[in-house]
Amino acid sequence: MEIIMSILAGILFSAGVYLLLQRQLLKIVFGTALLSHGAHLLILTMGKLNRGDPPILEEGIKAYTDPLPQALILTSIVISFGVTSFLLVLAYRAYRTNKTDNMEQLRGSDHD
Amino acid sequence: MQYAVLAPFLTALIVPFLFRYIRAIHTGWLILPIPFGIFAYFLSQLTNISEGHTQLSGIEWVPSLGMNFSFYLDGLSLLFSLLISGIGTLVVLYSIFYLDKNEKLNNFYVFLYIFMGAMLGVVLSDNIYALYLFWELTSISSFLLIGYWYERQASRYGALKSMIITVLGGLSMLGGLILLSIITGTTSIREMIAASDTVLESPYFTGILVLILLGAFTKSAQFPFHIWLPDAMEAPTPVSAFLHSATMVKAGIYLTARLFLLFGGTDIFFVLVTGFGLLTLCWGSYMAVRQTDLKAILAFSTISQLGMIMTMLGFGTKEAAFAAVFHIFNHATFKGSLFMVAGIVDHETGTRDIRRLGGLMTLMPISATLAFFGAFSMAGVPLPIFNGFLSKEMFFQTSLDLETTSTLVASIAPFVPALAVFGSIFTFVYSMYFFFHTFTGETRGQLKVKPHEAPIGMLISPIVLVLFVVIVGLLPNMINEPILTPATAAIYGELPNKHIVFWHGFEPALYMSMIVVALGVILFLTRTKWQSVYNWIPGVLSANKTYDYLYNMQFRVSERTTRTYMTGSIRHYMLYILIFIIGATGVTLFVTDGFVIDTSDLAPISWPEVVVGLVMAIAAIATILMKNRIAAILVLGIVGYGLSLLFVFFRAPDLALTQLIVETVTVALFLLCFYHLPKLDTKKQPVGAKTLNIIVSVSVGVLVTLVAIASHSSKKFETIAHYFIKESHHLGGGNNVVNVILVDMRGLDTLFEITVLGLAALGIYAMIRLRDKGEMD
Repeated sequence: MEIIMSILAGILFSAGVYLLLQRQLLKIVFGTALLSHGAHLLILTMGKLNRGDPPILEEGIKAYTDPLPQALILTSIVISFGVTSFLLVLAYRAYRTNKTDNMEQLRGSDHD
Repeated sequence: MQYAVLAPFLTALIVPFLFRYIRAIHTGWLILPIPFGIFAYFLSQLTNISEGHTQLSGIEWVPSLGMNFSFYLDGLSLLFSLLISGIGTLVVLYSIFYLDKNEKLNNFYVFLYIFMGAMLGVVLSDNIYALYLFWELTSISSFLLIGYWYERQASRYGALKSMIITVLGGLSMLGGLILLSIITGTTSIREMIAASDTVLESPYFTGILVLILLGAFTKSAQFPFHIWLPDAMEAPTPVSAFLHSATMVKAGIYLTARLFLLFGGTDIFFVLVTGFGLLTLCWGSYMAVRQTDLKAILAFSTISQLGMIMTMLGFGTKEAAFAAVFHIFNHATFKGSLFMVAGIVDHETGTRDIRRLGGLMTLMPISATLAFFGAFSMAGVPLPIFNGFLSKEMFFQTSLDLETTSTLVASIAPFVPALAVFGSIFTFVYSMYFFFHTFTGETRGQLKVKPHEAPIGMLISPIVLVLFVVIVGLLPNMINEPILTPATAAIYGELPNKHIVFWHGFEPALYMSMIVVALGVILFLTRTKWQSVYNWIPGVLSANKTYDYLYNMQFRVSERTTRTYMTGSIRHYMLYILIFIIGATGVTLFVTDGFVIDTSDLAPISWPEVVVGLVMAIAAIATILMKNRIAAILVLGIVGYGLSLLFVFFRAPDLALTQLIVETVTVALFLLCFYHLPKLDTKKQPVGAKTLNIIVSVSVGVLVTLVAIASHSSKKFETIAHYFIKESHHLGGGNNVVNVILVDMRGLDTLFEITVLGLAALGIYAMIRLRDKGEMD
């Protein structure tokens, strides 16, 4: 299972990187979202999958899944959410100000 | 002794105040006693040193790194100290009459005294770091002095050029000195010399020698680094006389002489020092004849004479070392006086162009006399009243007496006297040219001012120097015992047994001098007939043009290079980063044989999860291909919801919950924003760019997969999850282990993640509220 999930994470990374290399701001934001999905999946996979019950203590259960990667991912989800939304609004603002969302045209001026 | 080095720096500190508050008196008068006092101090050490005693004193600076201002006085440093302080005194005196009170005297004397202190530091320092510090200070103060009239373009050009070339050498010298200190384990030059066996055996010996000689050659204007010296003639003449004839340009000579005991006697030292010295000697004297500016003639003559001294140091015999020391002294006297005379001619006629000068003998008899002694001494005319003759004779003699210790030296040695004679012939020609063309014949062209003799104050300094020329010429042994012998002993390590005589019978050296004079006279008289030879050699070839070309080319090349990769396109920058990641990670993975696959500890494959994964993969790829914005956003949402489904399968309820909510909010946000953003770009990227994007992104994906599998397959130790599970209820008081970790065990992460959210919210708020001028509504 871990190998399949690793491959899936790889596909998510590929798609994310491909989008990062596009010209449009919106696509770049898509790319970062995909990249963070891939990273989260990767963290979970690295902590070994399906080795017990959810980490909520109950009488009689011997094995739990690893709670630490889950805590890390939870933190990461929230942070990437903050960053994605910030980027999105930034893209919106950049478009309003510069009247273009094409990264090839957003090069600043020589006097910047 | 340290106070002698410190005194000029302190003087430089107070000069601006003197200049500002005491306007009635020329600032030079007020500070003239300083170099004279230093001179007197070093003079008082003469007997002490000539009896073989040396002095060591100093101040600690950074003792833990071996950096100390330790000063060492022996014969060699005493000779240089006397030259620096003695000629320094004369130059300050001369400058009082040369520079008007309306000039920026405060600048001038501050720079000059910094230079004087730095130069004393160079010749007295025993510590390599102190030596380097003072060495660079001479470069900097020389830069400032050449650019003294900074409103002139030529001054700035000359200053920059000398700075670049000498600092280039200075830095390589630092490299050589540090290597030396690593090999010998000391930062003291004396101790390095004591450990010369270690240095000679070191595999870095050649490298060290080349690095240090590069420093010495650039400072002492050896071929092909001589080009800065003629351009440094834009400096005021007292500066040219002091820095660019008598002292600074001899710093390289000093360094070579000082480290002679370390390097001398090896073949490579002989080849480099003698080779470049001879080349410089011949080239400098050959080129000097071509010059039309008095100071340019003297500049090339300085280059040539420095080459001659270098050559003698390269010979590596005791007699040659003695002759080198003698010529260092003689050159300082006659060249200093010649520069001062050139300055007087400039000052009193308004031009230094030799084509417009002539017939000044009757108008300026004293200057003419001084120039006569200086120029004839420089030419080495065989009369005992010129000290230049004596040292040149020794030069010829030592070039004939080369100790042929190895086949290499033996194969080169026969050519040396011939080249020495060749260089000396041209030395004779330009010396005669300098004297006769300026002072005899008729006045050529109209001069701006009517020439007249200089004020007596201006003449004092060159008179003193010329007195030295004559006295040393007549009574050479007067300076032999107290100055030259200890200096040679310091260079060569043992006492020379040398008595200077003018007449040593009809020996080969005398015949060589005769040949020089005979051929020199012929060449001088037929000068106009063979001038065209300069169209053949050097013709269009010129070290200056090479320098200018390199100087301009580095700007062009660096600009072009920067423009090729700093394109301003974020896609290119992303590509650099990603390609580097792929390269570095990929190479590491395969070079270290890091890829392992271990299937013993895998979770069983369950089909629902695989199907969800497949859907996510398809959705991710579909996001790329979508042409419609809203569809793209929804497809992206599928990936997120699929992920939360996977979290459910993989027993992570909190994650699934959070992912679900966050994905919903994100999709909503995308939908909110997309309304304002333009339609997706349907314009196709060029095929090449698209292919590159695909290659890079697929490689990144493959690499991530490989690294993930490899790291999963090689777990080194157990997880610490057991601790959290065991202690969650007991210590944290909660049964949901993930939540206990988040708020209790690792609560700090959560605190700052809240901060991140808060900052993002504030940032978004600020961006939305912010209004630009050129904004669409």
